[in-house]
Amino acid sequence: MDTKDFIIKQISVFSENKPGRLAAIAKALEEEKINIFAFSIAESKGFGVVRLLVDKPAPALEKLAHLGFMVSFTDVIAVNMKDEPGGLYETAKILGNSEINIEYAYAYSGKDAAVLILRVDQVDEAIRGIRKSGGELLKAEMFK
Amino acid sequence: MRAWDPRIEEMPVLELKKLQYRYLKTLVYRLYSFSDFYHRRMKEQNVHPDDIKSLEDVKKLPFMYKTDLRDNYPNKIFTSSTEELVRYHVSSGTTGKPTVVGYTQKDLDLWTQSLARSLTACGLGRGDVMQVSYGYGLFTGGLGLHYGAEKIGATVVPTSVGNTERQIELMQDLNVTAIACTPSYLNHMGDVAEKMGISIKNDTELKTAILGAEPWSEQMREYLQKEMGISAYNIFGTSEISGPMFTECLEQNGIHIWGDIAYTEIIDPETGENLPAGEKGELVMTILQKEALPMIRYRIGDITCLDESVCPCGRTHPRIDRLSGRVDDMLIIRGINVFPSQVEHALLGISEVSGQHFMIIVEREGTLDNMTVQVELKQESFSDKINDLMDIKRKVSHILKNSLNVSCGVEIMAPNSLPRFEGKAKRVIDRRNI
Repeated sequence: MDTKDFIIKQISVFSENKPGRLAAIAKALEEEKINIFAFSIAESKGFGVVRLLVDKPAPALEKLAHLGFMVSFTDVIAVNMKDEPGGLYETAKILGNSEINIEYAYAYSGKDAAVLILRVDQVDEAIRGIRKSGGELLKAEMFK
Repeated sequence: MRAWDPRIEEMPVLELKKLQYRYLKTLVYRLYSFSDFYHRRMKEQNVHPDDIKSLEDVKKLPFMYKTDLRDNYPNKIFTSSTEELVRYHVSSGTTGKPTVVGYTQKDLDLWTQSLARSLTACGLGRGDVMQVSYGYGLFTGGLGLHYGAEKIGATVVPTSVGNTERQIELMQDLNVTAIACTPSYLNHMGDVAEKMGISIKNDTELKTAILGAEPWSEQMREYLQKEMGISAYNIFGTSEISGPMFTECLEQNGIHIWGDIAYTEIIDPETGENLPAGEKGELVMTILQKEALPMIRYRIGDITCLDESVCPCGRTHPRIDRLSGRVDDMLIIRGINVFPSQVEHALLGISEVSGQHFMIIVEREGTLDNMTVQVELKQESFSDKINDLMDIKRKVSHILKNSLNVSCGVEIMAPNSLPRFEGKAKRVIDRRNI
């Protein structure tokens, strides 16, 4: 197994806390016909980081950088969950058993499945651990 | 008491000018003979002591600048030896290098004498209890007011700054009648007292406040006077001229600059030409009798105007107006001088941010000045983990506090989000409305 197949390029955008920043990011992606699967905003006093999982990461990064946003790729992994009661518990157990240290996480629940997106400190070990414990990871090729 | 020294304070203007001329002449001869620094300055300007034939000839003399003190750190332009010095005061410098002022016993006596006259002019004297809430130590405020108040026979409570609740208890217990501090600190004391259930107006004996060391407005004076039932007087001075030396009188209409101590000029900061009385310009002072560190035509950098008319209080010495700004971009934050160049210098030493792109925002929140520095993050330092960004913010905040001696807020900004300047940068947004 090549862990690379499961490493997904998330877009991280620095944003000052002021009205209209999220709209500016979303508008830029709309103009490039880029679809957003999931996003989260992490905020602190005065600034925040917008994290996005999109269908075309490379053009998205280029467009946002061109507009002057401070933007970078971050390696994340996405775990498939059952969209039913106990789905998160099952996944969380796997993460716990695999001794994975989560730096941050966010989730989305779509029409086909629910997905937990994770940034972890040891990405290769996390991928091996989750798969060994029976977890199912999304493949990176979905996001290209 | 009407005046501490009526003979000098109410001296006819012409006589005062004659006295000033005599002191000036002596000072210039002394410096030309004994100060390498000023001798060289005069040579460069092609002026000899013999060219000073009247008080107005002072304008032939070269200016002195704050940089002269920094460049000659710590004591290269002192004209007294260590045996003659009895004290040093040290002020914070613009890029880490402080300025040192040395005092002979006569220098200290003159400083105290000046304050004795000024405090008396504010109606203070024997029987008053004065709380000195300026910092004691290297800063001139605490010790200056301390000796001035003792000289007039007032009882001094040397509280220095901080521990506000204790200060308010002492103010009550010792029947304090007068306080010397920054206007924002007095305002702060009012707020703290209120929280303690104490009204300064009704529950203390405070009647007089000597306020300065930071810019403040006439509106602030009216507010403090009404709120606390006191009379508030403006005090002026900088460490280079000794320290806080001059105050208003009971008229509250301009700060009396004792003419036998200082000769005051107002100049056009661009051309260096003297401006007529009443016109606003840069304050320039010659300290006529200073021994250890003589200051001739010192460019203080504050903007004000001069009123040479005789004051209704009977004092003949000229008055300067409330300071209305600075020639340079110096900020005064909670009594501490801050130059944007200092902020830049500190930021340039931090690899995670672009030190050349920053803004300084000053606001008055409640009673205290707050300074916020906005600085752009470098692309390569961007992490999408909030903790990493918070670490950078804390690091910037820590380094700024160490180099400015005053704490400030920090905002991390995206690259290219702050204004770029062509020509002179305007990096300061001052929203204090003073």
